[in-house]
Amino acid sequence: MRWIWIDKIIELVSGQSAVTIKNVSLAEEHLHDLYPAFPVVPHSLIVEGFAQTAGILVCEARQFAEKVVLAKISHATFHQLVRPGDCIEFRATIDQLSEHGASTSGQVVLRHPAGEQLIAQISMMFSHIDRNMAGLSFPEHNFVFTEQFEQLLRTYQRDDEIKI
Amino acid sequence: MAMDRDEIFAKVKEVLVDALGVDDDEVTPTATLRGDLGAESIDFLDIAFRLEKAFGIKIPRGEMFPEDLFTNAAYVQNGRITPQGMQEMKKRMPHLDFTELEKNPDVNNVQFTVDTVVNYIATKVG
Repeated sequence: MRWIWIDKIIELVSGQSAVTIKNVSLAEEHLHDLYPAFPVVPHSLIVEGFAQTAGILVCEARQFAEKVVLAKISHATFHQLVRPGDCIEFRATIDQLSEHGASTSGQVVLRHPAGEQLIAQISMMFSHIDRNMAGLSFPEHNFVFTEQFEQLLRTYQRDDEIKI
Repeated sequence: MAMDRDEIFAKVKEVLVDALGVDDDEVTPTATLRGDLGAESIDFLDIAFRLEKAFGIKIPRGEMFPEDLFTNAAYVQNGRITPQGMQEMKKRMPHLDFTELEKNPDVNNVQFTVDTVVNYIATKVG
């Protein structure tokens, strides 16, 4: 994982599900790139947040031993826009997991005092690239989840909030 | 309960339409997964996952699409399947149609068709 888009992991049930949150700030430059004077989070970044959430979940399921990469977005439906000030929650579930990869699905929801609202429904597949069908070879070190990422993961941990 | 071939085909078609984003009428028995339906390597894993769910079966890796056969130098040499390779393929892939392959054992003639998938599923639930 080259960069971290999500802010925090709030729940992780090993091999089953993960929930993360992202707080959207007006200070983020990309918000101003899509439509002038109408800051909005591009759908591609909503997919990225889900991919990071599901990717961590899939990688943790094999104790970070595999190089897990996003291989296919099977489905993505968007129901509303994400704007500055929004807090969004990514909820990912592993549907199937094998030695070669995993299929995942879930929702992106807007956290709001008046009740949550559905932003997107997404399903995607991940490949354990050292075991994939293409028969290609990749660097030996895990360039997807680096030591730097693991350090960051540890900073997310709070005993009273999350068990990984 | 055993399923007949038409029932299997209908479910396989549904799986392929969902996994590959193709139209219903493109999924014919002779359509090839890669050439005609545009499947890429990750799609084969997706298809296997979806078939497991749709039919309530377990598909051991490499049983339906044993890709390791094609990277083994004893089985494929200079792009052609060796007699030993042909023997192994027939043993491990009884669901594949070998008619064209026996005439010309070029590895490119190994085509996974919709029928190949239906044949394989039939061995599990037929």
